[in-house]
Amino acid sequence: MKAGRFDLLLAKDVGEAVKALQTEDAKAASGFQSLGPMLNLRLAQPRLIVNLTRIPELSAVEETADMVVYGAAVTHAAIEDGRVPDAAGGALARVASGIAYRAVRNRGTIGGSLAHADPAADWPTALTALGAKVRVAGPRGVRRAPVAGFVRGAFAPALGEGEVIVAVEVPKASAAARFGYVKFCRKVGEFAEAMAAAFHDPDTGVTRLAVGATEAPPQLLEGDFADLDARLATLDLGADPVRQRLHRTAARRAMAEATTGIAA
Amino acid sequence: MSGKGVGASIRRKEDDRLLRGRGRFIGDMRFTGQVEVAFVRSPVAHGRIRSVTAPEEFRDHVFAMEDMTGCDGILAKCGIPGFKISKQFPLAKDKVRFAGEPVAMVYAATRAEAEDIAATVSLDIEELPANYDMREAMKPGAPLVHDEWPDNAFLEGLVDKNFDAMEEAAIKVSRTVSTSRQCMAPIEGKGCIGVWDRQLEQLHLWTATQMPHIVRNGLADTLGMDQRQIRVVAPDVGGGFGWKGMLQPEEVCVSWLAMHLDRPVKYLEDRREHLVAASNCREHHYELTAYATEDGRLLGLDAVAHVDSGAYSVYPFSACLEAAQVGSILPGPYDFGAYRCKTYAVCTNKAPILPYRGVARTGVCFAMELMIDAVARAAGLDPMEVRRINLVKPEQMPFRNITGKDFDMGDYPESLRRAAEMIGHDRIRERQKSAEADGRKVGLGYSTYCEQGAHGTSVYHGWGIPMVPGFEQSQVRLTPDGTLEVRVGNQSHGQSLETTLAQVANEVLGVDPEKVNVIHGDTAMSPYSTGTWGSRSAVMVGGAVAASCEKLAERVKHIGAHLLQTSPDHVRIGEGEVRSETGAVTLKEIAATWYLAPQHLPGDVNPDGLELTAGYRPKVDTGTFSYATHAALVAVDTDTGFVEILDYVVVEDGGVLINPMVVDGQIYGGTAQGIGTALYEEMPFDKNGQPLASTLADYILPGAGEVPAVRVGHMETPSPNTRFGQKGIGEGGAIAPPAAIANAINDALKESGVEMTVSPITPHRLLSAIMAAETEAAR
Ligand SMILES: Cc1cc2nc3c(=O)[nH]c(=O)nc-3n(C[C@H](O)[C@H](O)[C@H](O)COP(=O)(O)OP(=O)(O)OC[C@H]3O[C@@H](n4cnc5c(N)ncnc54)[C@H](O)[C@@H]3O)c2cc1C
Repeated sequence: MKAGRFDLLLAKDVGEAVKALQTEDAKAASGFQSLGPMLNLRLAQPRLIVNLTRIPELSAVEETADMVVYGAAVTHAAIEDGRVPDAAGGALARVASGIAYRAVRNRGTIGGSLAHADPAADWPTALTALGAKVRVAGPRGVRRAPVAGFVRGAFAPALGEGEVIVAVEVPKASAAARFGYVKFCRKVGEFAEAMAAAFHDPDTGVTRLAVGATEAPPQLLEGDFADLDARLATLDLGADPVRQRLHRTAARRAMAEATTGIAA
Repeated sequence: MSGKGVGASIRRKEDDRLLRGRGRFIGDMRFTGQVEVAFVRSPVAHGRIRSVTAPEEFRDHVFAMEDMTGCDGILAKCGIPGFKISKQFPLAKDKVRFAGEPVAMVYAATRAEAEDIAATVSLDIEELPANYDMREAMKPGAPLVHDEWPDNAFLEGLVDKNFDAMEEAAIKVSRTVSTSRQCMAPIEGKGCIGVWDRQLEQLHLWTATQMPHIVRNGLADTLGMDQRQIRVVAPDVGGGFGWKGMLQPEEVCVSWLAMHLDRPVKYLEDRREHLVAASNCREHHYELTAYATEDGRLLGLDAVAHVDSGAYSVYPFSACLEAAQVGSILPGPYDFGAYRCKTYAVCTNKAPILPYRGVARTGVCFAMELMIDAVARAAGLDPMEVRRINLVKPEQMPFRNITGKDFDMGDYPESLRRAAEMIGHDRIRERQKSAEADGRKVGLGYSTYCEQGAHGTSVYHGWGIPMVPGFEQSQVRLTPDGTLEVRVGNQSHGQSLETTLAQVANEVLGVDPEKVNVIHGDTAMSPYSTGTWGSRSAVMVGGAVAASCEKLAERVKHIGAHLLQTSPDHVRIGEGEVRSETGAVTLKEIAATWYLAPQHLPGDVNPDGLELTAGYRPKVDTGTFSYATHAALVAVDTDTGFVEILDYVVVEDGGVLINPMVVDGQIYGGTAQGIGTALYEEMPFDKNGQPLASTLADYILPGAGEVPAVRVGHMETPSPNTRFGQKGIGEGGAIAPPAAIANAINDALKESGVEMTVSPITPHRLLSAIMAAETEAAR
């Protein structure tokens, strides 16, 4: 199928984008890797598409003492290739390299992925475990919000009218921190059937486990994991016992990778 | 000879253009003034059409069946007694019978605009209950797909060979086995362009097809035209696998519209149409009981097989092609004494199934090979051993099996022995005695099959269908500069025929394959042929090219001998020359003499010249029997149900291989598709008959990451019946993998009692079986 008719605006700055997105039937676009198929299947039929990737600020990356701030239009490929600093000692590059296929990674963006809010996508779960925040610009200025909770439901991001993600802040991990990441995909490059990201920093004692690819938004567990199975029992892993087992296996394996002493 | 003829692994001639992206596919073609069409398709699986309406402003751009004056329904006749004929109107009339069936055709300058208009067409359809399950569809009271039929069976069949219940057999195992519905998914979908040629007063249909002549036959019938008024051309075709071996309703519509508008009309199937409305295949269901002695010797097999044929029989023929073959090929390469098989070709509210690479054999092999393993399990024997004792022995060749199939030659147990050796059978059995470091379970599985290919007149005439292969012809022409044109009526869409047929010409005439053009896929340019299907091209078309080159060689030698001042029986032909004891004259010089200096020709020269058509059919035309054993080593993760193929071995016997590299390529490609059947590919339907996989995100095809490096071993038992001893091998790779992989998974899990009998073995299916077994064990 072919996309329906639409107008395309190549926004030059965030102000122009935010303004244009307040018109009727307007939609933001970054890498087009999720929006493109939806346009072609005519599942999305916006009248105006506001392209964000030409806004210089959205491709910038800024490193401070305790975090790296990634412009929303930074591509999966740039992170995979190490063309931008990695806040978590290689964890981001690892996540990026497992997203889809290289052709998709060349264009798909970190901001687009969060905004698309697919529960099975990699960034919402991985960045939840890493304690990241999004910076959102909108008609009322810029606000910050944790990635945990940003995906409110399948394809439902916590974005108001005219709001765009401008950047993602990822706290720097200590040298001792470990990251565990497990996803089960029917084939290489396919969206995951089950996914879990675990983060453990022995220096700070912070441990987080994020479970994605369920029907619900990514779910975050923090704190004491001495009885992992009991913690997992509190998650909404759907009604299907087979899928539940798959999710639990992913979670156990991710935790085992990120920590020692917790049995997989 | 030159080292480029039969048996040489020369590089593919067609790759130069294909790998550089310089091929010419339908999608690359554009005619001046061209318009594009989109189809409005049925949103429901079964319903009565009340009305099809378009807004006034688009009325001229929208066509329903009643607008297509002069166009009749597509009739795929079949003479088998009891077969019920379905008539398919290219645009549904009165009733829609599957979701995705074309109901209206829309044209505009571009496809996108045509889709805009299509979205304004409203269909008023009274939805009827749909037949989504073939066994339910056979029950009394099921809704009728074709109102005028008494039930939903295209055909029922029964093969009964000395079957009696054999209750006294030591081993009696029963299983239900099934293969899910699939889509063929060639890289290129269907597509066609219709053009009315005013000068020739001909409809030209450029179409992605495997069988241009058969498409012309069907088009002429459906459109009520003379064949002389139609030319069908297949340009480069990006894979077919059977999906392009048919007359497509869309081809009829496009042809009609091109004539109606007197403008070029193009249609390019998109992936969604391909998955939902089109290339369905494979759906088989078996109830099986095998009887054996306590030492695993097979005594008999009792089977009931259902094939979901979908809503229509496609032209030239599809509806009972699989079901009727199941009855005769289920016993495979095994030698046993009693057999009964009841078959049903069931009509349902799904897209028609089409013969996909391996046609019926993949399902049959899955059923039979799983039963061999089930017998082995009951006997407490290694499945390899049970296979070995039951396979037909080389000393029985030529062998007529229980259903009367004549196996030409071969050593089946040897293919099994070699496959076991290559994969390291004994080492794996040793390895299985201790646990794997990563906690997974490893298993080894085998599957042995035979592939009857290139079957001809004697096999097909009894079917009474519009496509009975007879003699195959090829036309050759030595051009004035001594290069060669070879014209054949089939079509090459991945089979490498531009290379292998040039090798055949080289074998006979010695012309360098680089100097041979193989011209194919065009009704105006070639002899008639039923096309490329049934693993027939190497045998049938290869034989025809050899026959025409041999006749040409006689004429060439006659002129050459004259130029060498000797007699034809004192010369021979080789490496592009005619040679005598004392001298040689090149084909170029001989051609130049015929065309440019006829004054030097011998007085008794054959006036028909250096261009001729010759035909061929093997001495025995019941088919060649190539065969192979596949062996798979898998690791199963019992916490996730994910399967990894650790090693995969194929030992095949395709007789004399014209180009072994090309054969390896066919095996790799087929095996990749077989892995798809085994683990990934499935087109599910809901209870309303709605297809649930409409993009490649839902319809999972194996990719480079899922297909292991297949290791191939060759055996060579020449066929006594074919020109060079070659056998058809094109489909084989796709036949055995589901069984080999399922058997390997079941081997890995045998202690837990898990036994998978449904393909594809998805992680979800496997994990739920593992969990069910755990629950059972905990009881
Ligand atoms: C074949 C295939 C396989 C894939 N597999 C995976 C996978 O395994 N894992 C995975 O995580 N992803 C996968 N993806 C999705 C891919 O990662 C996309 O890049 C990502 O989901 C969207 O990013 P994008 O930049 O392309 O966004 P777009 O497609 O341009 O936009 C997506 C949505 O986000 C909105 N949007 C975009 N940018 C912004 C912004 N800055 N602010 C607000 N809204 C915005 C758009 O309006 C749209 O609704 C796959 C995609 C394809 C085509």
